[in-house]
Amino acid sequence: MNGFSHAFLQAVDLVVAADPKLVEIVVLSLRISLIAVLFGCAVGLPLGALIAVNRFVGRRAVIVLLNGLLGLPSVVVGLVVYLLLSRAGPLGSWGILFTPTAMVIAQAILITPTIAALSRQVVADAWQEYREQLRSLGETGFGAAGTLLWDLRFSLVTIVLAGFGRAVSEVGAVMIVGGNIDGVTRVMTTTIALETSKGDLPLALGLGLILLAIVLVLNAGAFLVKETAQRRYG
Amino acid sequence: MTAGLDLRGTRRLLPLHLEKVEFAVGSRQIIRGISARLEAGPRTIILGPNGAGKSVLLRLCHGLLEPTGGYVLWNSSELSGQRRQAMVFQRPVMLRRSALGNVTYALRLAGVPRNQLEERGLAALRTVGLEGHARHAARVLSGGEQQRLALARVWALRPEVLFLDEPTANLDPGSTHEIERIILDLNAAGTKIVMVTHNLGQAHRLGDEILFLHEGRLAERAPADRFLKRPESAEAARFLEGELPW
Repeated sequence: MNGFSHAFLQAVDLVVAADPKLVEIVVLSLRISLIAVLFGCAVGLPLGALIAVNRFVGRRAVIVLLNGLLGLPSVVVGLVVYLLLSRAGPLGSWGILFTPTAMVIAQAILITPTIAALSRQVVADAWQEYREQLRSLGETGFGAAGTLLWDLRFSLVTIVLAGFGRAVSEVGAVMIVGGNIDGVTRVMTTTIALETSKGDLPLALGLGLILLAIVLVLNAGAFLVKETAQRRYG
Repeated sequence: MTAGLDLRGTRRLLPLHLEKVEFAVGSRQIIRGISARLEAGPRTIILGPNGAGKSVLLRLCHGLLEPTGGYVLWNSSELSGQRRQAMVFQRPVMLRRSALGNVTYALRLAGVPRNQLEERGLAALRTVGLEGHARHAARVLSGGEQQRLALARVWALRPEVLFLDEPTANLDPGSTHEIERIILDLNAAGTKIVMVTHNLGQAHRLGDEILFLHEGRLAERAPADRFLKRPESAEAARFLEGELPW
């Protein structure tokens, strides 16, 4: 117990003093996950909306697949990306294995289906209400998907943040494709895993605190955005 | 054949021909062989008991549904990108934008140039008395205001034909009165009105002619005055007496 409280106080010290090593790790984590989320949104949001508003052959199969990918294990994604990017792999010539780029790719693959599946659900529910009105005004296909994405923007913020939360707190995929190289590909989650096994609890705990705080702040932010928007826009 | 042309020389949308129109969902026949010709001018009211197929008929005319038999034919095919017929629903769907934003959205879809959007949108809001709410969020307006906004949205499009599906079903008498005034104004400005209602008083106030539907068939078509006083079909007589028609 004493050991824990000691480590905890040291961790708080590290956070308060903005320990350079700690800051570097946090910044890298956020940068990788942010880029992955940007990509995930650019692909996932339109994809989800288009699946929601269009009828096409195989639509049900696509929805089942997409919902299935919600539970995609991150280590499996890591493994697949590793195999693709490794020297002998089809994309080995890119030479990006064990770089932040590889980690972005892994995280983007992980969260794009998450964002697409969740946004499809939200858009499909709204589409029930909007369909006749939008068709009556002459809006279909891509236009309708865009209109709905914009109209549901406050609900979608929650989904985007859920995607970010999944990306930033994920450990398996970035460990495998990033390699957890000190100063290069070491992010919050992989550092926590490593430092805990090494017994350096202060750094692990400090990062844990920051990670927790980030996730909490994001959720609070999403909640507030939604609530304020609900009041103002109905 | 000048009757089919308007002043600009483009072919008019009306008359609308319904030719033995059928509509079925699975084995359930909703519209059974309706033939009719809707002319420009008179305000047409579609009456009938629940389940008679009134709303479905309106959607077939508007093009939201495709008939499973027969034809719905306009005098001219619609110009691409420009809606010349519009519809107002029982429950208007407003986008999470300002009242003005909802009107300009429809205008933009209709291909109105960007620099005219705001001006035309505000003009439409004025005609329904909502200019004071132009910048307010549309979805927080009251039910009556939202329905007026829905009318402003179609007014801005200056449609040749406007279909209305029980637009006052959820509204109080004051709002209903406002909506009826706007509908008459729209009609006076040259828009053909085709409206479904349950309300016989409204049919009397707004209708020039009545199409009475019963079990998916056009049971009677008559001038409103005559229909409401002396219906010819037994189904219509029972409906007007307030009897259940079965």
